[in-house]
Amino acid sequence: MLAPVNIDKDLVAAMATPLVLAILAEGTSYGYAILKRVRDASAGEVQWTDGMLYPLLHRLERLGYLVTEWGVSDEGRRRRYYRITPAGEAQLADQRRQWETATRTLGGIWGRTLPAMGV
Amino acid sequence: MNATVSNNNEPTTLENSIAQWRAAVMKGRSVDQADADELESHLREQIADLEAAGLSTDEAFSIAVRRLGKVDELTAEYARVHGDRMWKQLVTPRADVEPRLSIPMMLAFAALAAVLVQVARILATSGGDYSAQLFGDSVAPWFPRNLSFLVLPVLAAYFAIVRRMPRVPAIVLVAIVAVLVLVVNLYPFELGSNTDQIVWIHLPVALWFVVGVAYAAGDVQSHTKRMDVIRFTGEWIIYYALIALGGGVLLALTFAVLTPIAPDVIDDVVTAVLPSGVAAATVVAAWLVEAKKSVVENLAPVLTAIFTPLFAVMLVVAAVGYLITTVDRGFDRDLLAVFDVLLLVVLGLVVYGISARSSGAAGVMDVIRLIAVVAAIVLDILVLVAMFARIGEYGFTATRIAALGLNLLLLVNLAGTAWFTGRLLAARGPAARLERWQTSYLPVFAAWVLVVIVVLPPVF
Repeated sequence: MLAPVNIDKDLVAAMATPLVLAILAEGTSYGYAILKRVRDASAGEVQWTDGMLYPLLHRLERLGYLVTEWGVSDEGRRRRYYRITPAGEAQLADQRRQWETATRTLGGIWGRTLPAMGV
Repeated sequence: MNATVSNNNEPTTLENSIAQWRAAVMKGRSVDQADADELESHLREQIADLEAAGLSTDEAFSIAVRRLGKVDELTAEYARVHGDRMWKQLVTPRADVEPRLSIPMMLAFAALAAVLVQVARILATSGGDYSAQLFGDSVAPWFPRNLSFLVLPVLAAYFAIVRRMPRVPAIVLVAIVAVLVLVVNLYPFELGSNTDQIVWIHLPVALWFVVGVAYAAGDVQSHTKRMDVIRFTGEWIIYYALIALGGGVLLALTFAVLTPIAPDVIDDVVTAVLPSGVAAATVVAAWLVEAKKSVVENLAPVLTAIFTPLFAVMLVVAAVGYLITTVDRGFDRDLLAVFDVLLLVVLGLVVYGISARSSGAAGVMDVIRLIAVVAAIVLDILVLVAMFARIGEYGFTATRIAALGLNLLLLVNLAGTAWFTGRLLAARGPAARLERWQTSYLPVFAAWVLVVIVVLPPVF
């Protein structure tokens, strides 16, 4: 669903939900700003097909992790803002634990075999 | 966008490109207006940023579009997320209530309708006046007249709460219902009189518009919401018919099984329970429409696809037949009523067919629909001629005005439908114009129904 530049497709897909939830946990935001935040945070290494963000946001909304509200941009256009819900925060915390376990496990092994990477 | 760029064609070509891209994205129907707005504003923001970085408008546009992804992949992903849009283009606000909570909520409202009807029935059968009949029961005349007040406002309240209707339109709706209650109960109707019958027929329709406004959460200006109300109405009818069928089987079996052991009791029990069941089923059917969207939304277009051609044949035969046989004695009062029902059913089918249109391009179904509509127009004109003749002969009555008004409204609607379908077939107008015509017409019907209830009785 997401076309990465240099990270495996499945991995980007797996990252997408916690990434979006984490960005929205910083504050209410909208599509374009979320993508810019992803680009900045990953220094351009995590690349999405921009349009695919929106079906993902809608899926998360359906799951009750986000709520949407319409606002107006500086240029006066209608803009859909996304806000994280308590259910979304719980989901984020859960995903975060999983990712931490995963990176700790990988780091524990790579840390010995590939010390130069410094995970 | 600055109009003082050196090449002043540029803003318009960009607007054209964006409009074309937007049309392509929306073509598959999995992306609705709001989603397209969202994608478009993303596109515009991206273009603005790229232009600010020094790119030309054309370059910025093509890069921004490429970043958004291939249109077919994008729409396929939308379709996956919004599976319910394969037929529906729902933009209704999703109820923020937890799904589990909505079942007890639905049951509570269904029970409320059932209890209200039951209490009213007990009151109506314990008074002195049993001059009216309802479900095989002798009841006081106020009961059948007020029955829809006990049911449909409950359904409206259910939607107002589930869909978090804003306070102001909710208060307006309550006021309208209150006025209708006063009007219907303060006029001294004669039982079985013309005006009594007319109000009895039109009141549920008026209250259904109240339900529709609540369904749209008060957002009556939005044509998409109006279309959703139309679809909801059709699906509700299908679900209600299914429930009624099941209820009929249950009743027949109950009679068959219990009559041998309790022949006297069973009749009374059924007449007592039936009105409550009929009331509760309205809420249950409405809930089913929302909860089980995917079931009927696939069924409704199929049903219209089957019945539109059949009705088209029947209408053409009827129109030709009545034209040839020059009706003098043919159009009596009952036949006129039958024709009104026929025209309403045809209009329902046509509106449904339009709401379920799968793409912007004209197809065979549009031709069939046009044939059906033209035949219906011929029939409607015949009916109108017969009506004017009756009115000329016997003068105006409330019933005749109500019927005449309805037929004129139908004629205008059908004529507009034929016109816009014709333009669509001639590739001169967009399909949206046809939908718009129907959604714009809804308030006309609502206003007429109100006039019939509020104005006609005191005049006659």
